[in-house]
Amino acid sequence: MKRNPHLTQKIAFFLLLLATLLIVVPVGLIVVIIIQKGLPAMNWQFLTDIPRQGMRAGGIFPAIVGTAYLVGGAIIFALPIGLLAAIYLSEYSKENILSRIIKLAIINLSGVPSVVYGLFGLALFVVFFKFGASILSGALTLGIMILPIIITSSREALESVPDSFREVSLSLGASKWQTIRHIVLPNAIPGILTGTILGLGRAAGETAPILFTVAAFYLPQLPGSIFDQAMALPYHLYVISTQVPNVDEKIRYGTALVLVLLVLFMNLMAIIIRSKLRKNKKW
Amino acid sequence: MRKIKEFIIEKMILLCGLAAIFFVGLIFLFLLKEGLAVFKMVGPFDFLFGKSWYPISEPPKLGILPLIMGSLLVTLGAAIISIPIGVGCAVYIAEIAPGKTKEILKAGIELLAAIPSVVLGFIGMVTLVPLVKNLFHLPTGLTALSGSIMLAFMAMPTIVSIAEDALYSIPRNYKEGAFALGATHWQTIWRVLLPAASSGILAAVMLGIGRVIGETMAVMMITGNAAVLPQSILVPIRTLTATVAAEMGEAVVGSEHYFALFAIGIVLFIISFIINVTADLFLHKKQ
Repeated sequence: MKRNPHLTQKIAFFLLLLATLLIVVPVGLIVVIIIQKGLPAMNWQFLTDIPRQGMRAGGIFPAIVGTAYLVGGAIIFALPIGLLAAIYLSEYSKENILSRIIKLAIINLSGVPSVVYGLFGLALFVVFFKFGASILSGALTLGIMILPIIITSSREALESVPDSFREVSLSLGASKWQTIRHIVLPNAIPGILTGTILGLGRAAGETAPILFTVAAFYLPQLPGSIFDQAMALPYHLYVISTQVPNVDEKIRYGTALVLVLLVLFMNLMAIIIRSKLRKNKKW
Repeated sequence: MRKIKEFIIEKMILLCGLAAIFFVGLIFLFLLKEGLAVFKMVGPFDFLFGKSWYPISEPPKLGILPLIMGSLLVTLGAAIISIPIGVGCAVYIAEIAPGKTKEILKAGIELLAAIPSVVLGFIGMVTLVPLVKNLFHLPTGLTALSGSIMLAFMAMPTIVSIAEDALYSIPRNYKEGAFALGATHWQTIWRVLLPAASSGILAAVMLGIGRVIGETMAVMMITGNAAVLPQSILVPIRTLTATVAAEMGEAVVGSEHYFALFAIGIVLFIISFIINVTADLFLHKKQ
């Protein structure tokens, strides 16, 4: 008996559709569950109050503030270094063994498990530099972790600026740096912004790198300086869902919702900027 | 004056260009600095293949075989689930889905990649863990199987997006040639496109697995954290990453336990290094 190729195709395409649904449907379910169960917890008090009664009541304000500090610190550290590294790779480096090693190092940096970043931050910033468990240690650790994201996306943005732009600028007598500063960078800003926002989202959601470098189990006050410990949203979610018994489910889902909204909002912004960028390209 | 300024700026650019190499080196150096001390107390062989992990007993037993087996078991399970589904989804997005659907599906996959692992762990705890418990009539649902299923979802975005890129970058004339010979769309996908994209798909699978081995929070929250040699996929286990995350908070700086956890960090670093370099070789072979 000969197999009917069109029947085979129908079966195969059905299976492929099934595989796709197996990914997309659970994703939708996860988001719907978090929104549905987290929304009732959402009110002004939950967002602006400190945790009370051993985190079983009150709000999550210190965790929100802590995450904001960490993300801000990480980007202050990572953006300048990442941007300059991207400029080097796109404008200065030649196709040689050095640029190959740099690219390999970036790939490895993005593949290092997040908990290993935590170990590294502990060894270098907390113990060796004696910063202690502090916002500074945590932000630097997160900063190094998001460096590859920023380098890669900034480099892509810079490389997508057509060479003719550079040639015109150079032929008018501008120096290489002037060309980069006034011609290449302004045209690459949306792409750089996209990468930065994606990096922010990643830093906001990661738990393992801040476990031993900054995170405070329960600290019902706002940090006073960068040498203080702080609470953070992802760690707070971990704590109230595994370490503290009898936390109201509403508070857990509420915390998860705030974290997911924060991260998804950043990703959404990145996607919007990227699609705008595609539409408005001048070349 | 301007020349001096530009000279300084260009030197800074070069310096930052080397930052990635510098940080990879620094990470490895500090892991070695803190982790190698453990080998004064336990030989490398006994450390890697010792069957018991009791870091705070007297004297401590520092064998990480149960943790390695835990990581392997969860990773294997996640790979079995995520590879066929992930590659299937990539083919669907690259070849079959019409324009609008394609964009929506891609956004959905990006959404999954963006959800923080601690949130997935939490969702796994409240949905998947009770399900596994009831389905197999187990005393606890915190098992290797739950971990595998959850981790499969963390590997899939990586697998789908890289495999889809690989399929997308195949020259059009491959496909046109197959069609011209009278092949159906599926025959073209199966006999022409998949083989042509095989090295990219292999890289996608490897990077997905790399993501699984390194994943920490979700796996710590739903695999039950029992550092014993696993007998089946339906028992609690503990992975390398979860051990570090769970125990470092209690380990005293400078203790044997502390050194041992850093030594686990070295093992993880080397595993991820090998996976990433190999995957990169596959990706470059393609071009």
